[in-house]
Amino acid sequence: MKNKIRDLREQKGMTQEELAEFIGVSRQTINAIEKQKFDPSLPTAFKMAKLFGLPIESIFQFEEK
Amino acid sequence: METMKLERTKRIRKLAVWTWTWVATMAIATLGPEFIWDNHSFLTPFAIIVNLANGILMILANRDLFNHFDELERKIHLEAMGITLGLTVVVGLTFSLLDQKDLIPFDAEIGYLVMFTGICYLTAVLINTRRFK
Repeated sequence: MKNKIRDLREQKGMTQEELAEFIGVSRQTINAIEKQKFDPSLPTAFKMAKLFGLPIESIFQFEEK
Repeated sequence: METMKLERTKRIRKLAVWTWTWVATMAIATLGPEFIWDNHSFLTPFAIIVNLANGILMILANRDLFNHFDELERKIHLEAMGITLGLTVVVGLTFSLLDQKDLIPFDAEIGYLVMFTGICYLTAVLINTRRFK
């Protein structure tokens, strides 16, 4: 699944550590999500959407493998 | 994040304490009857029961730590557990069969399997952690 987390985080001037703290996960998890190595759970995706003030589908794009 | 880290450290410490006391009670239950209390009829089963209770508390502490993991850590550990369980059953039975058919020059002790399980889990966690870096 593609995502724009890194861009959105940088636009907000946040570090991975700060985003991780806000979402309630580890910095490694944020890093894995940004590198698209790990797809977040629905609650995590919703928390991110709420933080960035965007709908989930504009942050995450599903793509068939 | 600080609270999360503190909570994590607390759980890791709790697990470490129960693990080390489990190892200690296991050593006492194994060596005690021969070297400490001369096969006392009450103390031997008592030491075994204390070790079992300690083991159960260690498992509960491990579950407590697992429940504190975030989603990626859970995925990493669950996959490692799956691989470890599968390998332990398959390798364990092969090992036992080799012993039964006298194809190895030593007995297939349970201790070997426990060591194998530990090494396997540790390796699987390390490989999985690397995968998501």
